[in-house]
Amino acid sequence: MAAHAAHAHTVKRYKGLMDWLTTVDHKKIGILYMIAGLFFFLIGGLEAIMIRIQLMKPMNDFVSGDTFNELITMHGTTMIFLAAMPLLFALMNAVIPLQIGARDVAFPFLNSLGFWTFFFGGVLLNLSWFAGTVPDAGWTSYVPLAGPNYNSNHGVDYYVIGLQIAGIGTLLGGINFMATIINMRAPGLSFMRLPMFTWAIFITSALIVFAFPVLTVGLVALMFDRLFHANFFEIGNGGSEVLWEHIFWVFGHPEVYILIVPAFGVISEVVSTFSRKRLFGYSSMVFATVLIAFLGFMVWAHHMFTTGLGPVANGLFSIATMLIAVPTGVKIFNWLFTLWGGSIRFTTANLFAIGFIPTFVMGGVTGVMLASAPADFQYHDSYFVVAHFHYVIVGGLIFGIFAGLHYWWPKMFGRMLNETIGKITFWTFFIGFHMTFLIQHFLGLLGMPRRVYTYLDGQGFNNMNLISTVGAFLMGIGTIAFLLNIFITWSKPRNAAADAWEDGRSLEWSIPSPPPEYNFQQLPLVRGYDAWWKEKMEGKTAMTPAEPIGSIHMPSPSILPLIMSIGLFIAGFGFMYDHLIVGGVGLLITFGCMIVRSVFDDHGFHIEPEDQEVHA
Amino acid sequence: MKRLIPLLTGLVLLLSGCGREDLSTLNPQGPVAEKQLDLMKLSIGIMALVVVVVFAICIYVLIRFRRRKGDKSIPKQVEGNHTLEIIWTVIPLVLLLILGVPTIKDVFGLAKDYSKDKDAVQVKVTAHQYWWEFEYTDYGITTAQELIVPTDKKISFELVGADVKHSFWIPSIGGKMDTNPGVTNRMYLEFPKEGVFRGKCAELCGPSHALMDFKAKAVSEASFQRWVTAMKAPAVMPADKDLAEKFTSQCLSCHAVGENGSNSAPNLTGVGGRQTIGGILYNDAEGGAEKNIHDWVTDPQKYKSGAMMPSAEDNSLTDADVSAIAKYLAGYKLDY
Repeated sequence: MAAHAAHAHTVKRYKGLMDWLTTVDHKKIGILYMIAGLFFFLIGGLEAIMIRIQLMKPMNDFVSGDTFNELITMHGTTMIFLAAMPLLFALMNAVIPLQIGARDVAFPFLNSLGFWTFFFGGVLLNLSWFAGTVPDAGWTSYVPLAGPNYNSNHGVDYYVIGLQIAGIGTLLGGINFMATIINMRAPGLSFMRLPMFTWAIFITSALIVFAFPVLTVGLVALMFDRLFHANFFEIGNGGSEVLWEHIFWVFGHPEVYILIVPAFGVISEVVSTFSRKRLFGYSSMVFATVLIAFLGFMVWAHHMFTTGLGPVANGLFSIATMLIAVPTGVKIFNWLFTLWGGSIRFTTANLFAIGFIPTFVMGGVTGVMLASAPADFQYHDSYFVVAHFHYVIVGGLIFGIFAGLHYWWPKMFGRMLNETIGKITFWTFFIGFHMTFLIQHFLGLLGMPRRVYTYLDGQGFNNMNLISTVGAFLMGIGTIAFLLNIFITWSKPRNAAADAWEDGRSLEWSIPSPPPEYNFQQLPLVRGYDAWWKEKMEGKTAMTPAEPIGSIHMPSPSILPLIMSIGLFIAGFGFMYDHLIVGGVGLLITFGCMIVRSVFDDHGFHIEPEDQEVHA
Repeated sequence: MKRLIPLLTGLVLLLSGCGREDLSTLNPQGPVAEKQLDLMKLSIGIMALVVVVVFAICIYVLIRFRRRKGDKSIPKQVEGNHTLEIIWTVIPLVLLLILGVPTIKDVFGLAKDYSKDKDAVQVKVTAHQYWWEFEYTDYGITTAQELIVPTDKKISFELVGADVKHSFWIPSIGGKMDTNPGVTNRMYLEFPKEGVFRGKCAELCGPSHALMDFKAKAVSEASFQRWVTAMKAPAVMPADKDLAEKFTSQCLSCHAVGENGSNSAPNLTGVGGRQTIGGILYNDAEGGAEKNIHDWVTDPQKYKSGAMMPSAEDNSLTDADVSAIAKYLAGYKLDY
């Protein structure tokens, strides 16, 4: 006991709002990511609905061409960077430490900093609506349209600086989860025993670490062009427009896999759990995912077949892109054969996972079609492409996120979501989704370019666009049903069991729902793949502990991440509006916090055994 | 089944070849679009096979292995199956090879450079916000918005963007190629059938991107030669001297007719004979070209937001001036 007393520090705890602003607990940060992600998902969804209303009939004047371009730019940017990514981070935070038997992530302070920089980057980007100058050059922001000569107001500045700040958060998250998964695994949990979701997040984190710096560099260059009259992309002064396309897609294509690989992980967990079967072909799944991620860096120029890179480049990138279909196919068949011979239970989570499989296959096959460069000359920048990437991102990633949220909801909040409302959510969203996007393939083939704010009558586009719009409203209803589900079940008592679905396989289901702040009172000893399932099958009711009960070391909460992010937020505005003093003050706040953090050591605190919750 | 029905209807639509003859990629009117459609059909065929197999397994599994109420049994925990895994790795590789070979063949085939070919017609396409300039470098003539091509020759395009990036696309004739500012792209197309085909800008280029349409008109060789001659003939200026002066000072500072004026705005030689005004106002509608030109000149922003052309008011043209100019331009047709 004397040893304990020697390094015991005062227990720092905050209550209420202050608790949420200062938390470094991965479970709470996961919830923060989820709330922010859902908030931005609603904004992006509203933008989508407005886009579809405008395109409902030919020569509609619901919004002008200018506003429409703002809507598509903000819809794409918001959905990818501010909705999809944080919702993935929500699942990562909520689940990964639990799945690897850890008490938190490797760098809890960094985790909090990552959330707040993402959040303030997103807020900054969306404040452009109130400033009246909204980014309008597409989420790809191709120069020169996004450059200072053709976009002289502050619109694209919000895009550049908002994404730059949000990107810091993503990069920190990637580093953190890579370190966490490498270093914090429970005793016995070797790499080839990791749950598939953990593998997916490990690979995703590696993708983030290699891809996001490219975006950072590109955004810095564009920022210099816009704010300080540099000439990276100014053709008249020796810059290159095609350079931006390369930079953007060298980041942008891995980004697609950053989005979809976690969904692969979610589907693997959900399908395996609800068919009561071990994941079929686990090791081939792991290698397929690694291969997809690796090839993901080799195919960026398939977004640029019509840029004029020449036949050699187009040929190579065509073949490289097609190759990705092979490991992806391996995954699809592994999922199908996980279901094969299983005992399949149709929960909402599983419906989304099963709906994912055929939907993602359809998005995947159109991907192979697009990979054929000569045919892509017809598909490129038409509605065919719009249909394709929505099949992959909504039909893949969003289905995966919905599956994951329904599946891990009891673990995150201790409450089950209502299954009836869940099924309404699934069917309206699923039918609405196919109604919106299947038809868009044909719109593209019939000659409708993408990003058009309107179309002339008499081109054969009218009916298909109307059907697509109706589908979009159905998806909106599905989303509302999901929100209602959250609110309705919120009033119910917290009664979810530890193993909420009874067929849980990985470590998170061996601890209470929601887990105590230290997750595992004693770190578990992992004896094989599907660690918790293995123990259950041998008649055990708990994991074998790998350590005696003792004092648990916890990180202290801190307000510094929030203040650092606010500093960056202020600095962003300062630079954007040419008030260098404001910019300087913002940076000073951020660096000041960094100095405070570096100079004053905080060793955290301990939770002694007598203060730990007692579990039966 | 619910998911299969739209897919099957889609396939039926595809096989019947649908959409407008002058616009749809599924209704090709030239060998380039035909080659591309052949590749599309091949890839759709292969992919339909994959989709059918996956859907079949999926539906079978979902029906056959659903959990019965109260079923507490534990299914056999299968680790994997090497034979199966090899099968579903090798078969996709073979399928991709079937698609990959013709892809590579067409990648190089369609990239053939006819820019030095004496038999090909050389056209330099310059894309502007939001209009198209077509310069026939061998003939020294320039036109806008309506590309005139002979049916029996290959057309070798040189593509460049004047301001931002655009993309040149005539879906029923062939796929698109970007017009990059500062970099020249090349491609060729063929127009074996006479007719007018719709062209579009396929890269977001600003608020009026959606309205940046053009036409490609394929005519016989003899007719094309007559058109070239007519384009080179001296400009037909307004008969009224005052109007001619006004037209020269207010319009030809940017536009051109024949040898007069400049080409920083669409060339207007023979504009009355074109299908559209501004690429989107169709002259076969009531009022014809005269009404369209009148509307357009009065307030271009109303039809194409972000267009560079000033309104009649800003250009100090009275309504009477606009009417006279519209009448003159609508009557300015080339005989070919």
